[in-house]
Amino acid sequence: MIQRHTLSVLVENKPGVLTRIAGMFARRAYNIHSLAVGPTDDPRVSRLTIVVGTEAVQLEQIVKQLNKLVHVLKIVELDPAESVEREMQLVKVTADPDTRSQIIELADVFRAKIVDVDHDSLTIEAAGAPAKLEAMVELLEPFGIREMVRSGTISLARGSRSITDGSKLRMQRVV
Amino acid sequence: MSSSASGDRPTGRVTGAQAVLMSLEALGVEVVFGYPGGAILPAYDPMLDSSIKHVLVRHEQGAVHMAEGYAHATGRVGVCIVTSGPAATNIVTGLADAHMDSVPLLAITGQVATTAIGSDAFQEADVTGITMPVTKHNELVGTVERIAAALKEAHHIASSGRPGPVLVDIPKDILNATVEWRWPEHMELPGYRPTVRGHGKMVREAVELIGRSQRPVIYAGGGLVRAGAAEELFELATLLEVPVVTTLMARGVFPDTHELFVGMPGMHGHYAAVKAFQETDLLITLGARFDDRVTGDLGSFAPHARVIHVDIDPAEIGKNRVVDVPIVGDAKVVTGQLVRAASDKLDLVKPDTTAWRAHLTELKAEHPLRVEQPETGVIKPQTAIRAIHEVFGDEAVYVAGVGQHQMWAAQHIPYSRPRQWINSGGLGTMGFAVPAAIGAKAGLPDTPVVCIDGDGCFQMTFQEIAAAVQADLPVVFCVVNNGYLGMVRQWQSLFYDDRLSEVALPQDLPDLVKLADAYGIPGFRATTMDELGPVLRKAQEVTGQPVIVDLRVDPDEMVFPMVPAGASNDEVLESAEEWYARARAIDLPGDGVPAE
Repeated sequence: MIQRHTLSVLVENKPGVLTRIAGMFARRAYNIHSLAVGPTDDPRVSRLTIVVGTEAVQLEQIVKQLNKLVHVLKIVELDPAESVEREMQLVKVTADPDTRSQIIELADVFRAKIVDVDHDSLTIEAAGAPAKLEAMVELLEPFGIREMVRSGTISLARGSRSITDGSKLRMQRVV
Repeated sequence: MSSSASGDRPTGRVTGAQAVLMSLEALGVEVVFGYPGGAILPAYDPMLDSSIKHVLVRHEQGAVHMAEGYAHATGRVGVCIVTSGPAATNIVTGLADAHMDSVPLLAITGQVATTAIGSDAFQEADVTGITMPVTKHNELVGTVERIAAALKEAHHIASSGRPGPVLVDIPKDILNATVEWRWPEHMELPGYRPTVRGHGKMVREAVELIGRSQRPVIYAGGGLVRAGAAEELFELATLLEVPVVTTLMARGVFPDTHELFVGMPGMHGHYAAVKAFQETDLLITLGARFDDRVTGDLGSFAPHARVIHVDIDPAEIGKNRVVDVPIVGDAKVVTGQLVRAASDKLDLVKPDTTAWRAHLTELKAEHPLRVEQPETGVIKPQTAIRAIHEVFGDEAVYVAGVGQHQMWAAQHIPYSRPRQWINSGGLGTMGFAVPAAIGAKAGLPDTPVVCIDGDGCFQMTFQEIAAAVQADLPVVFCVVNNGYLGMVRQWQSLFYDDRLSEVALPQDLPDLVKLADAYGIPGFRATTMDELGPVLRKAQEVTGQPVIVDLRVDPDEMVFPMVPAGASNDEVLESAEEWYARARAIDLPGDGVPAE
């Protein structure tokens, strides 16, 4: 059964590391739903959140193949029920004086912010779980979406535990 | 390996190019295979003052295959060094080959100057980008300070864990820059920690599973050769009296002459070995990867078998076949663990394999390799291979290319030790043999090295014979010359209704004896049975220079046994007649080509 899985991947912050990961997915014909990458509190370490749609057997292969990359430090699968998942979205919607207030009302419901206003448009910034953003877009569509952009999912496990803790991630030396 | 490269070398400030050579010396490298050119030029100057020998090739593909041959033969890291752009793209095939067959390899490429990168400069290519999918790791060196560490890490990554090719790309300005020489004490590889020792609980479970089995077989793969585990394998097999099947990459890791030896499995494996897998109730898989050429149709492969899988690469475990007892670790270490765990309670875990072994011995006797050789006249290729072994013996190393000659050489020579058989398995690289044999000879100057090549393969890389002559590497080049791309012809004969399309390579084109003459080396030809022995003996008597032997063989001969691609191992064929009869009986649709 194909399911979405969220992988948090800690990598050394080295040139080309993203290409290595993206290339591995491409050449082994694995599907990436979304990918987000950014720095962590340790400048030597970047964190990727990769959402893949795959069967369990293939997920195991993906994790093992990722682990073979020399710059990959650690991989954790995050259970959606036990983690906070967020995406960010910017949507530019057609808005004349008649519809503007309706759109602002709608944005409020989704706790979204109006970040730019023009004579005939509004730009909305929203963050949240993927389903919430999809729902908002659906409701905005009748007004006319001019353009939109959405980030990949980022995710952290709930609770106090941290995947960057502990001895496993020590940037240790090999003689 | 010394930890510092001092000697009469300059200490203090050195150029990046000097640092490259000093790093290679510090790593214990004795020979590099290469070709100079623009971006790598700075490294060729300090080479003149280095203790490292350089073999000048005729095409960069030759350099990388020589480095592979050297690594195959010695177990040490093979090193090749070439320039940027087209030189670097010319080694891609060899990198892919080494990646597939887990060959420890260090490739050093020159790159255009840092300031020119990305500008489509002369002889610029994105070499780390191009080689990413076919290397274990690679690095574009960014500063001159990084050179020594990059090479030390590359060498370590290439030779540890599951071995493989690592490429280090060095821009020309960095080779020219100067640096305070320092050989790094440590390597910073926080994401690289191969598991060497097998999990104790899994080892115990494996041994218990062996104890409960009735028809166990050891599926011995190339990982055992890489790990240097022949001794441990021998102990395990003989201690528990478990029959052994050696894959194409593992030929020789267990002696063919031993009574526990069953054969080679797979598409052109020995009949008894193919059957052993289909009938076994326990596959003890050591350093093998359930390659499609071994399993045939996966769904019907070894249908009764539970599986123990030992591999240093966790990604191989469960990739193709569901595993009952997975053990991640070095094949030598884990096989040793299995031996000790089994010795501790031998009376409990030693299976009674008497009936099973008798059955396999019977299968071997009833289904030997078939060679229908008339006493005079035409030479059958299988006979040519057997004669080569008869003349050059067990002490020689045999290096093959890809195709029919490779399969016959794998089938018909009784290998007795690891690293005695070298070939391109996973990638199936035609043209591998000539340069790989030269590289093997560079690593084993006192061992006879015999290249067994096909006429198609030979013509892909024979220009390297000039390198062998120039570098004084006397390899015996035997060409099993049937005037065809034999394996392709075999498939066209069997699966494309004998419609031969673009497979003829006239046996006289070129004349290989004259070719030998052109290279200033002896060349011999045998066309009939009465010439075969004398010609090979004459070739064996040549000392101190390479020799070419043109063995004209029957072009109609096919490799059997054969499991057609994608078919079940249950359908192993022992002759073409069997295939034609079967195709007629089941009225295969269309051309009868099984799905790849």
